[in-house]
Amino acid sequence: MISVRNISKKYPVGKGELTAVNQLSFDVAPGELFGIIGPDGAGKTSLFRMLATLLLPDGGEALIGGCHVVKDYKQLRKKLGYMPGRFSLYQDLTVEENLRFFATIFHTSIDENYGLIRDIYEQIKPFKDRRAGKLSGGMKQKLALCCALIHRPTVLLLDEPTTGVDAVSRVEFWQMLQGLKSGGITIIVSTPYMDEASLCDRIALMQQGNFLTTGTPDGIKAAFAKPLLAVKADRMHQLVNAVREAPVVEDSYAFGEWAHAVMREEGHDRELESFLSAKGFRQVVVQQTEPTVEDCFLKLMRP
Amino acid sequence: MKQFKAFVRKEFYHILRDRRTLIILLGMPVVQILIFGFALSNEVGNARFVVLDPAQDPATTQIITQLDASRYFDYAGSCRTYREIEERFRREGIKLAVVFPPSFNQELQHLHTAQIQLVTDASDPNTATTLSNYASAVINDYQARTNAVAPLPYTILPVTRMLYNPQLKAAYNFVPGVMAMVLMLVCTMMTAITIVKEKETGTMEVMLVSPVQPLKIVLAKAVPYLLLSLVNVVTILLLSVYALEVPVRGSIPLLLLESGLFIVASLSIGLLISTATGSQQTAMFLSLLGMFLPTVLLSGFMFPIENMPWLLQQVSHIVPAKWFYQVVQSIMIKGKGLDGIWKETGILLGMTVVFLLLSIKNFKIRLA
Repeated sequence: MISVRNISKKYPVGKGELTAVNQLSFDVAPGELFGIIGPDGAGKTSLFRMLATLLLPDGGEALIGGCHVVKDYKQLRKKLGYMPGRFSLYQDLTVEENLRFFATIFHTSIDENYGLIRDIYEQIKPFKDRRAGKLSGGMKQKLALCCALIHRPTVLLLDEPTTGVDAVSRVEFWQMLQGLKSGGITIIVSTPYMDEASLCDRIALMQQGNFLTTGTPDGIKAAFAKPLLAVKADRMHQLVNAVREAPVVEDSYAFGEWAHAVMREEGHDRELESFLSAKGFRQVVVQQTEPTVEDCFLKLMRP
Repeated sequence: MKQFKAFVRKEFYHILRDRRTLIILLGMPVVQILIFGFALSNEVGNARFVVLDPAQDPATTQIITQLDASRYFDYAGSCRTYREIEERFRREGIKLAVVFPPSFNQELQHLHTAQIQLVTDASDPNTATTLSNYASAVINDYQARTNAVAPLPYTILPVTRMLYNPQLKAAYNFVPGVMAMVLMLVCTMMTAITIVKEKETGTMEVMLVSPVQPLKIVLAKAVPYLLLSLVNVVTILLLSVYALEVPVRGSIPLLLLESGLFIVASLSIGLLISTATGSQQTAMFLSLLGMFLPTVLLSGFMFPIENMPWLLQQVSHIVPAKWFYQVVQSIMIKGKGLDGIWKETGILLGMTVVFLLLSIKNFKIRLA
């Protein structure tokens, strides 16, 4: 459905240049939910804008549904549903007016494609006469999704749709995406939240314009290949540095209320525990844990 | 077409829901016309004057009475010495002093010539010149009447007629100017700002990904401002005819058509600015500095272009407002028809086409 080959984007910065997207290649199958996970500044938005025909790549090419993003941009724009990162609807128009406007400019009407957006729109329908600017963050995103879907696109590009949205709305939003996926729409979604990665069929971890790895969330976790321990003790802020000094530990970093320790080999839990006790830590807890996508990301980030 | 209508409707929602801006847009011409008409008048009225009149004969008394009777002057008493005149200039803000020689009437009767000295406060040179002209006119008037009683054998009397504006009303000058100014502001600045606003808020991003042709987006932006500007033109005309008593001597439909042309020209400049800028602030500064200032300074309505240095005169040729100002003046004040203003109309038309083509060419179908 989507095939990207060596796509690049550079921006001039002073005398030099900044490579926002560095020769990326990937494929997305029809009906797949593909996630691009990466922190702010990884180059996600530049990549999305190139796919959405809004930016010209400096190198490489991309085909979406057989349309070239540069040469066939006119046909492609009819097939695309695009939701930019910033809230991009008219704040001074009501919910219904926004939706109707977007339906009209895409040569369709709300009634014609209501089936597709029903589940989402029903949730914001009680507020249909409210101005979009007065909606909460979660409702804004639902409205934006409705507007991006109203012309029944075959490919949906969602640039950080859950950024700035509360936890409950984020869960709801991802459920909607699962629903759309089962309707056959191919979706590329970007997010800075690692915990959302497991909701995608396949993900790419992005950092400084490069994909660190691509694969299914489980596949990426399986490739972690090192034993991972979660450590807890009384003086938490000194703990990470202390753990890092242990000879059996390869790397350590804070992870929520725990410190994660990547071990050099299997079965050195006891050594670590006694090492920390010798350093004067109390109430030391060491337990085995499963790597998350964030662990994989951090491991891949550090060479 | 359906898409276009949806766009125009959306633009109207934007304008109508932003009440404050709407009031400013519709109220601006009213306020400007009223300010220019009643507050910023450079006509002089009721200037106080003093007299140094050692003669106090029938002739001087008559001249003083006539000066006092005119609506430009108010008699503020007499002085006995020059020093006193200066004193009163300084202390009381006297604008004019009339000084007669001690034997004014005698000289006039026997020598057939006499002098009157007019002393004016030239700290404001324009007022000073105007006042001395008015005073001279009153004195000449007196002289003419005396001569009518006892005509002199040889006299040349220059009779001036102020064509088109016999009362020398300033309103004749600034109504066309205000019209150019308001239209420039509403059309150029507002169009530029609304388009750039869509870029800033990111709605342009979504718009570009839609199958709508860019031309439609841009034209739909212009339609509401075209209508709004026509409302402004009508407001200005009604105010100037009924409040300022400035006549519309030429054809009103022609005037509206020419205004329409200038509006389209201003709109296309606004579009051009919007294609070149990325933020509302830049768009505003560019329209204010690039278009509004030249409109005020170089269109000829505040400062006569003939008096400007050669370079500025050349620059004024590319200011659309200059040509529109001349067109409005010709139609309203001089009552000219299309045959009298075809050159200006042609230039405006040419500018409009160039600006429109440039802005369509510059409109980006992508973000960068």
